[in-house]
Formats: sequence, structure tokens, C-alpha cells
Amino acid sequence: MTIEANIPTLPPLSAQSGNLRPILEWLARRAEPVAISLGAILTGLALFSIFITVVGKSPIDLFKLMYTGGFGSWFSIQNSLSRAAPLLLTALCVALPARLGLVIIGGEGAVVLGGVAAAAAALPLTGSVSPIIVLVVMAIAGMIMGGIWIGMVGVLRHYRGVNETIASLLMAYIAIALMNHFIEGPLRDPASLNKPSTTPLPAEYMLGSIPGMDVNWGLVIGILACIVSWILIEATSFGFAARIAGGNVRAAQIQGLPVGRLIVGFTALAGSFAGLAGMVEVAAVQGSANASLAAGYGYTGILVAFLARHNPLAIIPVAILLGGIDASGGLIQRRMGLPDATVLVLQGTLFVVILFCETFYGRFKIFNPDLWKRTA
Amino acid sequence: MIKLLPMNRRSFLQSTAAGAAAIGLSPSLFSTTAAAQTALTVGFIYVGPKDDYGYNQAHAEGAAVIKAMPGVTVVEEENVPETVDVQKTMESMINLDGAGLVFPTSFGYFDPHMLAMAAKYPDVQFRHCGGLWKEGVNPMNTGSYFGYIGQGQYLNGITAGYASKSKKIGFVAAKPIPQVLQNINSFLLGARSVDPAITCQVIFTGEWSLAVKEAEATNALIDQGADVITCHVDSPKVVVETAAGRGAFVCGYHANQSPLAPEKYLTGAEWAWGNVYTKFVTEAQAGTPLGNFVRGGLKDGFVKMSPLGPGVSAEARTKFDATLAEMMKGSFSVFKGPIKDNKGGDAVTAGQTLAEDAIELESMAYLVEGVVGSTS
Repeated sequence: MTIEANIPTLPPLSAQSGNLRPILEWLARRAEPVAISLGAILTGLALFSIFITVVGKSPIDLFKLMYTGGFGSWFSIQNSLSRAAPLLLTALCVALPARLGLVIIGGEGAVVLGGVAAAAAALPLTGSVSPIIVLVVMAIAGMIMGGIWIGMVGVLRHYRGVNETIASLLMAYIAIALMNHFIEGPLRDPASLNKPSTTPLPAEYMLGSIPGMDVNWGLVIGILACIVSWILIEATSFGFAARIAGGNVRAAQIQGLPVGRLIVGFTALAGSFAGLAGMVEVAAVQGSANASLAAGYGYTGILVAFLARHNPLAIIPVAILLGGIDASGGLIQRRMGLPDATVLVLQGTLFVVILFCETFYGRFKIFNPDLWKRTA
Repeated sequence: MIKLLPMNRRSFLQSTAAGAAAIGLSPSLFSTTAAAQTALTVGFIYVGPKDDYGYNQAHAEGAAVIKAMPGVTVVEEENVPETVDVQKTMESMINLDGAGLVFPTSFGYFDPHMLAMAAKYPDVQFRHCGGLWKEGVNPMNTGSYFGYIGQGQYLNGITAGYASKSKKIGFVAAKPIPQVLQNINSFLLGARSVDPAITCQVIFTGEWSLAVKEAEATNALIDQGADVITCHVDSPKVVVETAAGRGAFVCGYHANQSPLAPEKYLTGAEWAWGNVYTKFVTEAQAGTPLGNFVRGGLKDGFVKMSPLGPGVSAEARTKFDATLAEMMKGSFSVFKGPIKDNKGGDAVTAGQTLAEDAIELESMAYLVEGVVGSTS
């Protein structure tokens, strides 16, 4: 895991007095992640084109359709943004612990339990208090539940040495079983015969759409969460300590950093974002907690976080890109007669190529001013 | 009232099929002055893969039937989760493909997803698989269609009753909801019409599609002595292959699984959606109103039985044919009192006969005597 500072450090003023080198150095360092990421995406698309050609379809048509379906019209853009919204929050559930060197892949569990907690918290309140209060209570309930769930993974990791990857994955299955227990048992709306659900939220309590758009507020919440997370990691001492601990736990401990608290705090915060995603799903889309909460957002979030190299700001464009690929997947099925798995092949190809390209960081002289000839 | 909304966004469309369909859409559906123009684009949305040998394949086979009708363009999308994704898929079919009739086939697509889109696109017709539409509550451009397949499971039970040597049969079920319970009870009652000593062990996997658990459940049933297995999960493929691999007989569900186990497949209760879709499309093309609440069973052509396999004895065949003939006359009832539930209570009282469309069956919450298992 790299611990490079991502704050753009502006070149000193002296650079403007004729000496271009500091500007070039600054540009080179900034350009490296952009160039490598773009190169990886293009390589992935090229490999995918070969695959499409092999199955006897035209990659050109396919890419045109992907553009049409994902970003080609205002409708398509809103379609992509709608699909991206939950991924912003679930990707943070992976990206935040990753800065501490933890690989958490069980965000799905926090999503479903966050959704159930939010729905349960709303039940006694609807009808007696105003919608905004109900929504705030739901959000808090979802975040606390998700925070506790993934926070437990952090506790197990730090205090008992349990592998956080396996623990979080297995706990996701437990979470889904618990969700089924609650929606089929104590919280079930008796009217929901063949699709067990909690009592639906009345329409006036639903989290609506962003004005002028057909996208729910989850998008704004997700983007804000990404920005807050970026500030936390890059501009606070808490985030700095986390990055140190992520680079070398021993060194961090020798420095006297509270590694245990960092791990539990970061995992809990990560889980609370996933729990919030569950709350948004209940409050803005489903209207009740039911098995549709386990739609795989937690797992797609892993892909988004890794593609964004665990940078919270980079999560925003990556989530929108994946939302667009997802949105266009339908059009590819309908117009080209390709199976749904086509889009999964593309996602998988991109994932592997981008992970592979991680190994290129620092290998290109052009991006590494330390290797340039001393001219000044 | 006629919206040509799709027209201004379709510079990218291949000029042929979809465009022509969108133009033809309006007269065929909403105008009485329609001349010979009967072009119609029909959208199908599946929750899983359309070649799953199960629920989704049954619908895709129905879609294939109407694909052959003149003037009909079919657009299909598979693996669409019951989230905002399905709303956007419906919208994409309407906006980009010009769909005038949409069949979201998964139970969980109805509320809130299909209802939200129906409100947004009042000129498009939506018909949902399931019995959820309510007159006066849901708009007239929406509707439900569903089949009574319990009698098919009863017929499955008859073949199972004759094929079983151990007098133990097994049922792999997804969730303890009324529809599934009715199938389990019908299967056992069919078997008991052959031999009242037969018992049926049921295992609930908790999910509609969970291959590993379905295989485990099948193995567990066979380990406990069951020698005929059937199921109610989205894709019976795993259950059928696992059971046949262990030497047990199988009864199918949703679609015809005999290609997976030609020797061991007795028969199966299948959907005949092709008939239902043909009727809807014919009505839409003729400009007559589409049915809003359409249901039927074996005698109405909504449900059919797979051809009997080689494991069905001559004796079994005779009883099967006789029972089927009675069902086709409409005079048959699976639930004839007295029937006890498996906790000793009265399920159906003496003298009470529940026809296949009886309202009591829709909220079934018990397993009948002879079924080994529990609903909670």
C-alpha cells in the first residue's frame, strides 16, 4: 500500500522565475496515477475487444452501445448515476480500512443490517414526528448498526488476531441470515405474504429525488461521504496516523500511535458508511427492509475501491464509470443478444489489468523526478 | 395522450426494428383508428439467467413464443436485481427501445419498482408475474398474471408416490411463504393419494437461488432415505443433477429439466407462459384493453406437465392420466377436508373443499400432516 500524500503540493514561487523543473516535477508526480489508470483501462478495453471479437460480435458496436446506454443522453446519465450512488458508500467501506492495510470484503453485511436497523427505527416514529426527523433517526440507526458490524471485524482483528478478510466475509453471511430472521419474524409486515418485508414507509417519509434529476439523494450523500473521508485521511492527524499504521504497524506502535483505536475507529466508520447505504436503499428505493437489500452492492464496492486505489475522491469517478457500465449492460443484452455475463467479463478484465498495473508505479522514469538527470 | 418521447433521443438507433416498433406502438395500443399497423415492442426482465432451467427460463420460453408473432419485437434483460436497477431497466426499454408493453417477471419487481414506472409512464402497459394487482389501488396500465401450479405439484406427487420404495420423499424449498408451502403440501398430498404412509421431508434454504445450499439440502434428504426429490427454488438445475447423481428420482418444477436427468426425471410442473403472453400481445395489437388480473391453472393453459419419463410405471401413468383428466374438467380439488397440519391442528376442516383459486390458499401458513419440517 502506498502512503504517498495526495495533497497537491504547489511548486515554490521560485519556479515561476524561469526555472521550469519544479513545475515539471510536480506535473510528473501528479500525472503518474492518471496515466497508469488510463493506460490500464485502455488495455482492459483492448483485451475485452479481443474477447468480443472471438465470440463473433463487433467491439466497435459494443463500445458505441456502452456509450449510448451509459452516458449518451440525459436519461442514460441519470441511469448511471442512480446505479453509482450506493457504490460510493460501499466502496468507502473497503477503502477506509485499506488505508490501514486491512482488506474488508464483507460490506454487504453492514448494508443489509443497516437497512434493517433503519427500517426498524422508523417503525415507531412514522405518523407522530416529521419526515426529516424520521430520516435522520433512520440514518443514525443504519450507521450505528453498520459501524458496530464492521467495527467488530476490527476488534477481532486487533485484539484476537482474526483475519479481517475472512471474518468480514463470513459475517456478511451471518448478517443476511439475521436480516432474513428479522424480516420473516419479529419485524414482518403481516400483509407481506410472499415477499417478507417490514412495514412499508409511508410515501411522505421517503427520501426523494434530487431536484431536477431522477436520481435519489443517495448520490449526494455518497459524494459528501467520499469528500469527508478524503479530508479525514489526507488532512487530519487521525488520517495521517492511520496511513502510518497502514504502512508499518510496528513503526506506528513504536511511535506510540494508538493502533487499536485506529483500527476499530476506521472499521467502524467504514461500516457506518455501508450501513448508511442500506438506510438509503430502504428510505429512497425499497420503502421497507426485505431480501432485495442483499443486491450485491457491498461486493461491487470492493471492485470500486480497488479500482480507485482506495482514494476516496477517486471513488466518485470510478463508481460512476461502473454505474455506466452496469447501465449499458442492459442495452448490450437487448441490442446485441449477448448474455449478462458479458459485462461481468469486462469488469473482471478491468479489475485484473488495473491490479496488475499497480506494479508499474515508480517504474517509469518519466514520472519519477528523482531519476532525472540533474540539470540545475 | 400519445407520447413520442423516445423519438427525439434516437439518432443513435439502428433505423430498422426498434424505430419502426416505436412508431407503430401508439396506434396499436391506444388508438382505435389503427390500420394494419400492429408493430409492438415488448420488454422482458428476468431476475436471474434466462437459461437457468427454472423460473427465468420458463418466462424466456414464453418470450420466445411471442417473438415469432408478426410485428412483435422482443427485448430481454437478465440478472436484473430488485433495486433501482430494475426501474432504470424498464425506463431504458421504454426510452431507448420504445417498449409499449413490459413484463417484469420477478415477484419483487412489483412494489415499489413497477408501480413507480407505471406512474411515470402512463401510456405504457405493465404486466407483472404474481397476484399482487388490486383493483382500485393499482393503476389500470398495470396488472398481474399468475398460474395455479399446486395441481401440477399434486401430479408430481402421484408419480413420486409410485416411484418411491422407501416411502420417503424430499422437497428442497426456498422460503416458507404461502406459494411454496402450497406446493410442498400438494406434492405430499399427491403422493399420499397413492400410499397414505408416505412422508415428505422438507428443507428450506432461505434463498431463491443458492446453489451450494440446494446441493447440501438434496444430499441431506437422500442421506435420510428420501428416494424422490422435488423442489421450489428459482433454478432446479442443482437439485435435479445432484439427486439424479445420487440415484434418486426427481420431479421437476418451473421448466422441463428432463435433459439434465433423462433416466431419473419422472415429470414436472411447468409454466406455460407462452399462452399467457400470446394473449396479452394479441390484445395489445388489436387495441383491446389488456386484462388486469389474469390467473389460471392446468385447464386454462397457464400450467403444463413435462412428458412422463421412463421411471413412471404403467400403473402410475393410469392414475396420473385419470387425475389430470379430472383437473382439466375443473372438478378437482387438492385440499379436501379433513386435513390436519403437521402440528396436530386442523388445516382444512371436514366437509370443506378448497378450489385452486380459493382465497384461503393464498395465505397458507401450515405444512400438512405427513410433511416433516417446520415453517419457522
